[in-house]
Amino acid sequence: MNGGDDASSSAATSGPPPSLEWRFSQVFGERTAGEEVQEVDIISAIEFDKSGDHLATGDRGGRVVLFERTDTKEHGGSRRDLEETDYAVRHPEFRYKTEFQSHEPEFDYLKSLEIEEKINKIRWCQPANGALFLLCTNDKTIKYWKVQEKKIKRISEMNIDPSKMESSSNPPPQLVANGLPADKAHGYLTKDFSFPPGGIPSLRLPVVTSQDTNLVARCRRVYAHAHDYHINSISNSSDGETFISADDLRVNLWNLEISNQSFNIVDVKPTNMEDLTEVITSAEFHPIHCNMLAYSSSKGSIRLIDMRQSALCDSHTKLFEEPEAPGSRSFFTEIIASISDIKFSKDGRYILSRDYMTLKLWDINMDSGPVASYQVHEHLRPRLCDLYENDSIFDKFECCLSGDGLRVATGSYSNLFRVFGTSPGSTEAATLEASKNPMRRQIQTPARPSRSIGSMTRVVRRGSESPGAEANGNAYDFTTKLLHMAWHPTENSIACAAANSLYMYYA
Amino acid sequence: MSMVDEPLYPIAVLIDELKNDDIQLRLNSIRRLSIIARALGEERTRKELIPFLSENNDDDDEVLLAMAEELGVFIPYVGGVEHAHVLLPPLETLSSVEETCVREKAVDSLCRIGSQMRENDLVDHFIPLAKRLSAGEWFTARVSACGIFHIAYPSASDMVKTELRSIYSQLCQDDMPMVRRAAATNLGKFAATIESAHLKTDIMSMFEDLTQDDQDSVRLLAVEGCAALGKLLEPQDCVTHILPVIVNFSQDKSWRVRYMVANQLYELCEAVGPEPTRTDLVPAYVRLLRDNEAEVRIAAAGKVTKFCRILNPELAIQHILPCVKELSSDSSQHVRSALASVIMGMAPVLGKDATIEHLLPIFLSLLKDEFPDVRLNIISKLDQVNQVIGIDLLSQSLLPAIVELAEDRHWRVRLAIIEYIPLLASQLGVGFFDDKLGALCMQWLQDKVHSIREAAANNLKRLAEEFGPEWAMQHIVPQVLEMINNPHYLYRMTILHAVSLLAPVMGSEITCSKLLPVVITASKDRVPNIKFNVAKMMQSLIPIVDQSVVEKMIRPCLVELSEDPDVDVRFFANQALQSIDNVMMSS
Repeated sequence: MNGGDDASSSAATSGPPPSLEWRFSQVFGERTAGEEVQEVDIISAIEFDKSGDHLATGDRGGRVVLFERTDTKEHGGSRRDLEETDYAVRHPEFRYKTEFQSHEPEFDYLKSLEIEEKINKIRWCQPANGALFLLCTNDKTIKYWKVQEKKIKRISEMNIDPSKMESSSNPPPQLVANGLPADKAHGYLTKDFSFPPGGIPSLRLPVVTSQDTNLVARCRRVYAHAHDYHINSISNSSDGETFISADDLRVNLWNLEISNQSFNIVDVKPTNMEDLTEVITSAEFHPIHCNMLAYSSSKGSIRLIDMRQSALCDSHTKLFEEPEAPGSRSFFTEIIASISDIKFSKDGRYILSRDYMTLKLWDINMDSGPVASYQVHEHLRPRLCDLYENDSIFDKFECCLSGDGLRVATGSYSNLFRVFGTSPGSTEAATLEASKNPMRRQIQTPARPSRSIGSMTRVVRRGSESPGAEANGNAYDFTTKLLHMAWHPTENSIACAAANSLYMYYA
Repeated sequence: MSMVDEPLYPIAVLIDELKNDDIQLRLNSIRRLSIIARALGEERTRKELIPFLSENNDDDDEVLLAMAEELGVFIPYVGGVEHAHVLLPPLETLSSVEETCVREKAVDSLCRIGSQMRENDLVDHFIPLAKRLSAGEWFTARVSACGIFHIAYPSASDMVKTELRSIYSQLCQDDMPMVRRAAATNLGKFAATIESAHLKTDIMSMFEDLTQDDQDSVRLLAVEGCAALGKLLEPQDCVTHILPVIVNFSQDKSWRVRYMVANQLYELCEAVGPEPTRTDLVPAYVRLLRDNEAEVRIAAAGKVTKFCRILNPELAIQHILPCVKELSSDSSQHVRSALASVIMGMAPVLGKDATIEHLLPIFLSLLKDEFPDVRLNIISKLDQVNQVIGIDLLSQSLLPAIVELAEDRHWRVRLAIIEYIPLLASQLGVGFFDDKLGALCMQWLQDKVHSIREAAANNLKRLAEEFGPEWAMQHIVPQVLEMINNPHYLYRMTILHAVSLLAPVMGSEITCSKLLPVVITASKDRVPNIKFNVAKMMQSLIPIVDQSVVEKMIRPCLVELSEDPDVDVRFFANQALQSIDNVMMSS
């Protein structure tokens, strides 16, 4: 221990790290008071890339917006020094980089189905030569995008006056009019024509000037027609050449380079659809082992499969589920057990899962039960009937882990999100609001992991003149829900989506 | 803005279009890069065109791909081999782009140029290039580097050789699995250029690293290297170094690795020699044939004949045959299908007696398989068995199998069996064919699916070729001509099609006496489609029949059709008349 200012390393030796003080960092697309949110602008996916230098969001209008980190780029070789002097104020800051239209609304004529353009998931692929690569998916079609800086070319010198320019395959009419046979003109373009040995000096190559660049997004591949049901997840393998896509009943394996075939590796479709009791809700590759992947189900179980064992992985290697508490069964038991999202920790040791009421952390070496459970919506238990009535009970909240695996986070209603400490003995449990003042609802009571946030008093909604809160007539506004969020891979920084606005916090 | 002499206009445009906004025009120019180079002359090509292309590295992938390909054959245009090195810089940029197919093409072209370069140019230019790519910031460059080491290595000095080997070893341990995969893929090629002393030390340790990689995708490719390396090593070294690895791989946790072993194993038998084959490889192969993953069994079953060819017959009968028997009733139809596609080839290997005793029952059970592909695969390779045991032993089971396939409800299955009929006919002989299959061939002419009818017509032609016009006159023509009165015009059209295919085979006499009258009658059909097809057909008959017949029978008929109320009939009739006139003029 050579420096008292290194918080995390000192914490590792002496119990759980201290609770984080979350601060507002940035907001993109903030709504002004009273402004109506356009449906197409609502953010539907957030993802940091592996380095944490880029952030992508997708929205219901099929657009993908890229942000790039600004705070590290200026620092040169002396970054270490800057870190020491500047530690307290330095945190990830992002700026808008570019955006592109990834998906368009489509119509499936065979099934008479409209296919929404909404981006369900975004995953970053390996960058190369300074170009960024992303996979984006809507309900049916996955697209592989390349975003790259291109030089804007301006040609300053040419052989032919551009005003007279025509295609070489189409010689200008004057040539023929002059009595020159057209096929003789073409003689230059055949291999047999002999040029003078030194070449023709009057010919010259076009000279290109102006070296401005702009960002261009190009769709490199489209992986389509492989899913009968709606795609809920995509995830790339650590081998850098394959990825999976999962819908309600199947998981398919693709090679990034090959868009016209995929392999079905999991198929839970029963021969008779009436026997269907369980659907796939989310799937993710192990971050290190390319042969392992996990998928979650609507019954609250997580299956870990090993692709080494067989080509069709219908039998799982490990099954993680929590035994049902006796006597507690109700109409809602199965609905609230459904897992909406799973994430591997960075080292691949843990899986975080989110169901309607809780966040659970599983050790992949222990399938008897979760190593930790965090109550997120326990206070809503008496109101499950209302939530069922207004369909909120089917909301799919995402979850995320910090890069060091010491904290987990997930969203809730009224644009709130919660952060829990996972290290043994940690009592950290913060509730924050996606607004410029995230801590304003924080109630400084000693937190326990299972603490309910129902004890909170009146919740003030940002832009409180809007009718939502009153119409609901209660503290929780089920129309403003924070479904999508992502944790920066190396720093304590969270990006979360409140409707059309992207809020970023740091600690 | 310079003006160019008018005769040079097309080439000038071609050059300008290297920078056109339209990608098609840029592609067009790049594909004719050699013409541009010749127009500029060798010196300006070196000094201007090549640097110009080097800067053009952010174009669309299609253009870059074409450029990578063109540059590979560009040595003559830059002034021959002594200037070949000027082509390296643009290819170096291309071999680090993101698109795999562009990189692969650039590496191909680099190798092609490198293999023609003079030794000292290789040392001065190519080896530094290989080093630069290996140290590339992005994995794309390092992936490409792996593919050119086998060109760079042989001309290097001893010191540089040591360095190159250590660089390659680093590539084998790169952070990026993509690079390790490329290193594994190219290891065999690289190893082939390395002195045997270093082969056993340096290369084998790289190989061992790769075989223990965490990533299945890397280990998979290491398997492929086994066979290539095995062939380079002395048999005893192969036994000590490669054999344990492959035996381990054959029991790998990952089915994909075992699948690769199943595909490659036979290639290693020769490298290790007969004794280790018997003691180690045969047991490994038997395990793979009984693997619990169907994909592995498919791969293993598909190699059964190749494997048995290397073994002596006793070993094959003793160890492999029992597995083959099991596979013939495997639960996976794809395994049975893979087996059926190769098992016939085992007959020549095992000899007549063993084939009758052991293989025949398997053939017969596969011929009764519930999955049509299995039966088709057996039938398609019938000739191989015929040579060994004759067809009689099989023919009793063949017929029901053929009939069933001929009537399968999937038209693709029917199509497949039709395509084998000429083969069957030649193997089974005229007698068997007349009795059993003749009727089927006619039946297909009236199939509900057009592709089947078309194939059936084609089949008749091939049968006529096989058995000769006299046979066809007796067994095909009358039956076919009878069907011309079918009430449905589509079937009549099929018959016309069959007639037009048969005519060249049957010769002029039969065509005139038997086929042509039927065609002329068809020209009076009430359906215009039939009539214009008659016109088209007559055009094709002109070269077959005698000039006088053309004048006497075909022309009057066509003249009549050329006055038909239907525009298409008139069009094709006139076209046919015109071609008669052309023939007349030329003769």
